Amino acid sequence: MERRYFLKSTALASGAFLIPSFLKPLEAMAMNDMTGYKNLVIIQLSGGNDGLNTIVPYGNDIYYQKRKTIAIQQPDIIKLNDMQGLNPNLSALKEIYDQGWMSVINSVGYPNPDRSHFRSMDIWQTGSDSSQFLTTGWIGRYLDANCSTCKDPYTAIEVDDTLSLAMKGSKMKGIAVENPAKLYQSTRDPFFKQLVSEHDNSNLNEDNLGYLYKTMIETYSSADYIQKTSKTYNTTSLYPQTGFANQLKSVAKFINSGLKTRVYYVSLSGFDTHTGQQNQQGRQLKIYGDAVAAFVKDLKQANKLDDTLVMTFSEFGRRVEQNASNGTDHGTANNVMIFGGKLKKAGVYNNAPNLATLDNGDLKCEIDFRNVYATLLDKWLNVNNSQVLNKNFAGLDFV
Amino acid sequence: MSNIKNIRHLYARAGFGLRFSDLKQVTDLPVNKAVDMLFAASEQVDEANIIAGNISYKEFLNKNEGTKKMFLQEQRQQEKALNIDWVNKMSTNNAQLREKMTLFWHNHFACRTQNAWYAQQLNNIQKQNALGNFKELLLQVSKAPAMLQFLNNQQNQKNHPNENFARELMELFTIGRGNYTEQDVKESARAFTGWGFNKEGTFVARPNLHDTGQKTFLGNTGNFAGEDIINMLLQKKETATFICNKLYKYFVNETPDAQHVNAMADVFYKNNYDISPLLKFLFTADWFYAEKNMGNLIKSPVEFIVGMNRQFYITYQNPDVVLQFERALGQVLFYPPNVAGWPGGKNWIDSSSLMYRIKIPSTVLNGGVIDFAGKVDPEDEAFLATVRNQRQAVNTKVQAEVDWQKFFDSLPAHATKAAIAQVILAPALSTRITDIINKTTDTKALLIELVSTPEYQLC
Repeated sequence: MERRYFLKSTALASGAFLIPSFLKPLEAMAMNDMTGYKNLVIIQLSGGNDGLNTIVPYGNDIYYQKRKTIAIQQPDIIKLNDMQGLNPNLSALKEIYDQGWMSVINSVGYPNPDRSHFRSMDIWQTGSDSSQFLTTGWIGRYLDANCSTCKDPYTAIEVDDTLSLAMKGSKMKGIAVENPAKLYQSTRDPFFKQLVSEHDNSNLNEDNLGYLYKTMIETYSSADYIQKTSKTYNTTSLYPQTGFANQLKSVAKFINSGLKTRVYYVSLSGFDTHTGQQNQQGRQLKIYGDAVAAFVKDLKQANKLDDTLVMTFSEFGRRVEQNASNGTDHGTANNVMIFGGKLKKAGVYNNAPNLATLDNGDLKCEIDFRNVYATLLDKWLNVNNSQVLNKNFAGLDFV
Repeated sequence: MSNIKNIRHLYARAGFGLRFSDLKQVTDLPVNKAVDMLFAASEQVDEANIIAGNISYKEFLNKNEGTKKMFLQEQRQQEKALNIDWVNKMSTNNAQLREKMTLFWHNHFACRTQNAWYAQQLNNIQKQNALGNFKELLLQVSKAPAMLQFLNNQQNQKNHPNENFARELMELFTIGRGNYTEQDVKESARAFTGWGFNKEGTFVARPNLHDTGQKTFLGNTGNFAGEDIINMLLQKKETATFICNKLYKYFVNETPDAQHVNAMADVFYKNNYDISPLLKFLFTADWFYAEKNMGNLIKSPVEFIVGMNRQFYITYQNPDVVLQFERALGQVLFYPPNVAGWPGGKNWIDSSSLMYRIKIPSTVLNGGVIDFAGKVDPEDEAFLATVRNQRQAVNTKVQAEVDWQKFFDSLPAHATKAAIAQVILAPALSTRITDIINKTTDTKALLIELVSTPEYQLC
């Protein structure tokens, strides 16, 4: 274990192939260990995506009974197994699924679910219990956990113009970068540059003023590092012309250029389908599926897919029965979709949701979402999950 | 000279910053007279009157898609209007102290509601009572539909109580954790059963839903109703201490000084929870003006935006720009992150929010372009799902008007650049800042540079 860890944390780990002679005996350990930093990409679908119309339980009659007008019809469904299949707008993901690069985990949620957007989103982003109010996010606490690869703000990058709570720790925070060139330009503004380069050392005290200067300097150097590194890579892959696809394209650029970033965070809105669900959700799912497919294929051709894991979640699923406006209302448990080149258990991970035994019309949670996080922390990010989640979770074995 | 330092500090804390026009009126006044002036200017209550009536979501629940979409859009418009209206009031009226305290209560009694009518009502309750009596404020807030709904008290009924309201009342609004038991929460929840409201937005106590049994709370037993619980909570000095602790962190220092907080709690308790005597005590205390308590707090986004608006007499042609600022900086009025409010302090600052804070003043003062939108609040998802084009490229020309004439007219004759800087910036002038002052000859350019420093973010 120790040697692997050492290899990953040296500069050699980002794709360089020169192996000094003293390391040669380790060659036999397989080139896998040299392929570089493991990357985690979190995709947040905001609004409460309807899981039942995403991964459709077509094999269960109750689905059709409860959704007389908004159920996805069988001929349209892209079947994954005897029980479930993809919404046709996710057709781009069929190829990904067939390659063994996709895993669907059903019925993920948490006890005493909250059906309000901001509360449930907070719970997912902070990794808290339903009754707790934490002011730090789970990725932020990962950064705080003092792992040797967590020292820099660019260790976690959110492709957006502001930072989510998920990325804020008590000591460390990730960095929000929508566009690296733009951020770089921003920090090169002559006045700002002056402030950074000519600061007093007294400015770096422990007090609030010191904190502001420290943050400014870190932003300045992160912007520099991110821009200079990422501009060395230009993708040849084709991405759809959507904002979301563009964000994933940026992530691919960061990963493929060898940025020493561990975690990326991206979100897509528009899933709160109280009315006119089929069209609205269909549109958003197509944006999502097409972009993710392009992203996965881009990483594959750049030989980075084995080192990348993508996790997609939404703050809650929706009610089993449709409402009076061809939509659905806020629900509870939902599926989580995982993508990666080295999945241990690809395909549909567990049983389809139980539509017969509901909790007041809502799906019952079978897997606590923190077990998903724990798996990512322990097995992918190499941090003890209890340090981040404040409780020890057993984790799953999809990776 | 030190008098100006103290006045600047007082106005930065008790208001939204010292303007040169204010300085004219208070220079050479002893601190207690300056404090009196702040109270006098805040006698008026600038109430919000922008939401005309109550649109009940329930009426639209079973309507068709088109009506629902219209409703969602209307709701969103109202929430925006309420927000912008309050920012305008804070930026232009003279009741600085009252507005600053309303902002404190807005965070203390953090609440979210999709009904802008209820939000407006709650905001007015907090503003009317901001400098009045805490018990009266607490009672009115507890009976406000926005709060009853947010903390689920409509579901708190005899035989199936809902503890949420009772719990937050104790944990967040009055005595604080460690001063009550779980049993106290259960018992007091029973006392609040039946507290609800009607569709006119009026409080209604429903006797048929109320549990009239004996309850034991904080060691006392009786057939308590909600008002009795509140009285008992206030009888505990812990409530005074809890509130004073928060006020200390808001007005003085992030690290509370136990001695000072206790002194404040004494005054608060002895005055039966009257807020004005407490604040007068605070603002005239020696330690309030100690070096270590000056320039040490990070302005909240709203304090930063309002302070800038006031200092330069800024008006915005497109008020939506202010909402974009709020979103980019992480504080949208009427949308606290949760019932515990905005954590504040270093929590406001990360790489992107700091960059925006540093750039916004020069962008506004130079009429530049902003190209960020800030994050969408999770609760806006319902509206977003009705709109096709979500991620629009944002390129808004700020179009803000700065009344430079008024600003320059208010500058004292023969004011030195250093003196000007000392009013604009809270921390002591470092060598860095002094260099900037010496190198920049044009006053307007100097001002823009000063408000673009990290120092400007402190108050």
